[in-house]
Amino acid sequence: MKLEAKEDRCSGCRTCELVCSMRHFSQPNPKRSAVRVSGAFPAPGKYSIILCDQCGACAEVCPVEAIRKVGDRWEIDPDLCTGCLLCVEECPEKAMFSHPADAVPWKCVLCGECVAYCPRQAIVDEDGEAVWAGVAAKKRARSSGR
Amino acid sequence: MPDKKLFGYGGRILRVNLSSRTVKTEPTPEKLAREYLGGRGFVAKLLWDELAPGVEPFSEGNKVVIASGPLAGLFLPGAGKIEMGTKSPATGLYGEGNMGGHLAGELKFAGYDAIIIEGVATKPCFLLIDDDKVGIRDAARYWGKGAFEAEKMLKDDLGEDFKVATIGPAGENLVVYAVVSHDFGRQVGRTGVGAVLGHKKVKAIAVRGSRGFEVADPEGVFKKGKEMYEVCFAKPGFEEWTPYGTAGVTDWINDIGAFPTKNFQTGYFEKHKQINGSALRERIHILDKGCTGCPIPCGKYSRTTYKGKTIYVEGPEYETIALMGGNLAIEAIEEVAYLNYVADELGLDTISGGSVAGFVIECLEKGVLTPAQVGRDIKWGDTEGVAWLLERIARREGIGDLLAQGVRAAAAEFGQGSERYAMHVKGLEISGYESRFAPAMMLAYMTADIGGHHNRAWAITYDAAVGQDKIEGKAWKVIELQHIRPLFDALGLCRFPWIEIGFELEHYADIFPLVTGWTSSWEDLLKISERIWNLTRCFNRREKPDFDRRDDLPPPRWLEEPLPSGAGKGKFMSPENANKMLDEYYALRGWDKNGLPTPAKLKELGLEFVLDQLPLGAGQCG
Repeated sequence: MKLEAKEDRCSGCRTCELVCSMRHFSQPNPKRSAVRVSGAFPAPGKYSIILCDQCGACAEVCPVEAIRKVGDRWEIDPDLCTGCLLCVEECPEKAMFSHPADAVPWKCVLCGECVAYCPRQAIVDEDGEAVWAGVAAKKRARSSGR
Repeated sequence: MPDKKLFGYGGRILRVNLSSRTVKTEPTPEKLAREYLGGRGFVAKLLWDELAPGVEPFSEGNKVVIASGPLAGLFLPGAGKIEMGTKSPATGLYGEGNMGGHLAGELKFAGYDAIIIEGVATKPCFLLIDDDKVGIRDAARYWGKGAFEAEKMLKDDLGEDFKVATIGPAGENLVVYAVVSHDFGRQVGRTGVGAVLGHKKVKAIAVRGSRGFEVADPEGVFKKGKEMYEVCFAKPGFEEWTPYGTAGVTDWINDIGAFPTKNFQTGYFEKHKQINGSALRERIHILDKGCTGCPIPCGKYSRTTYKGKTIYVEGPEYETIALMGGNLAIEAIEEVAYLNYVADELGLDTISGGSVAGFVIECLEKGVLTPAQVGRDIKWGDTEGVAWLLERIARREGIGDLLAQGVRAAAAEFGQGSERYAMHVKGLEISGYESRFAPAMMLAYMTADIGGHHNRAWAITYDAAVGQDKIEGKAWKVIELQHIRPLFDALGLCRFPWIEIGFELEHYADIFPLVTGWTSSWEDLLKISERIWNLTRCFNRREKPDFDRRDDLPPPRWLEEPLPSGAGKGKFMSPENANKMLDEYYALRGWDKNGLPTPAKLKELGLEFVLDQLPLGAGQCG
């Protein structure tokens, strides 16, 4: 899976942040999500999306080698992580996050929920493994005659 | 005994007293949450409980209540509405409005369901709410700035992730239709909440939350939330409605003779295609802008150039197209967008602002006012003249000082029959639906608790469905809508997925128990909405002791003047028919002939406490 942001489609609704925090922290809380949206208003009037591109820079700076490659993604091993947050500071995409309620930082693990539920298809998977939920929903609606 | 944990709620109410400069938090009472849900319900109940009867809107005793709702901030379609209310300086009655953006969720993420703002500050301030850190901060450097300008400055100063609400110069100068602005284009537009904040010297409220909140059944809420998005994605309107947003309705409203034109002189505007949704999309639109969790963003962010000045504005949405387009006979979407920008930056409601401008132009046209009195001549379609007037109003310069009080006050001052051009109900200027050929819509305006506003019951589609001529049989539908639509305002939800793309109400009924852990059915929730409706009606009677049927009548123009053109040509609402609709409406509501809830109705709804302050049914109203 390779996530790509299509920022010109983003409406700033933050559904991505909500679906991410529900999936990984079981609560609605954009401050506990691995994707972030920010706006530039009034001018020029556009949104930016912060996404992890799985570059692995976090693993390089981790002093205890707690970040390892698993398939196409980098994952933090919470048992090894000491919570020093060096990875959060050094991430070139600003896509590593921490929260006072959590002992260790977190990052995108390519679960694909943001791809599935972004209403604007502003986050896509270039490899086509994760797809927008609207595709199947439309098919279902058509076959049930609605 | 401490209240149990409330699922779906931030759990606390923040009380800010500006006079004593104190801030305290109180647990959100479970009884309040169960009986009034949140949002509009909290606003209504807290204003009833905490305001001294008859309090002056611009006084230390008035309060502003800001409330989120139990379904706001969740992963579900349209979870982004926040409610703000006060005793309205525009009407002297119950005042309240809501807006989208991202404040409703953010407040809950910081752990609060509501903010109660009391007292008056001695100098300009803003409220800073950063989770548990809450402060009353100096706002000297933001005072006097435009609403967007101040929002941008505050985000630059505090951090982009703060969600900021501001007032503009109109709010600072107590224009009774001043708005609260947020997210560079969302406004609590009606009833002058921005002016009451201005009187309290509150320039802005900045909120950042990182606590999040808990739901009763996280797995169930997540699963149901996904299903709700999937249902929305599969609706035809998901793709067809979204590109135009509310502006898409312009042609249809004009076709059925309901498009306010030249200060409601008629309901048909020949140049409507120059200011409709297609014109917006093709000529000025640059971005679709959505509120928290929205699958169908109605925000149409636009850029245009007017007389060499490049401006950015969210909109124009339909109401602005109506009141600052057709109603002023402005013939280009670019110019409507420019006026929208001027009003937004000044912090003026585009609906009331457009109505006041139309009133002034008609007074000039009919000779009630002279250009010398106004300060210049202004004609229909005169964008520059209207922009000039809006500035005068926001700064309260010259005639703007009087016009800042709305059309009712201005007509009372001008006399000479000008009340016939003052288009308001209960002192609130009527929004974008000329209703002489839409009786249900007119009844909705007549009976809305805040005055001439459509959002309680957008009944015009029912008029079109069952016959625009029909008077009888409309009241039940208005009542049904007045319970469903304000329920969204109590839950912290936007109603557009339901109204605009046909998303089914049952989904909200399904998710509510999963979020709160309560077994409430949709019917239970509608009963709460009826409770709130009756409470705001009683609030109006308490604040205006002679409040009754007369306050529910539409303006003279609708009662006397036949529409001169359009689909409704020749139509008007006779006083007999207006009263017939009210009779039907009051009877169905269980109210007496004067339009006041009966003690039996109040008891049925759990509102017996009202009778302590308002001896209804004791012989003084019958």
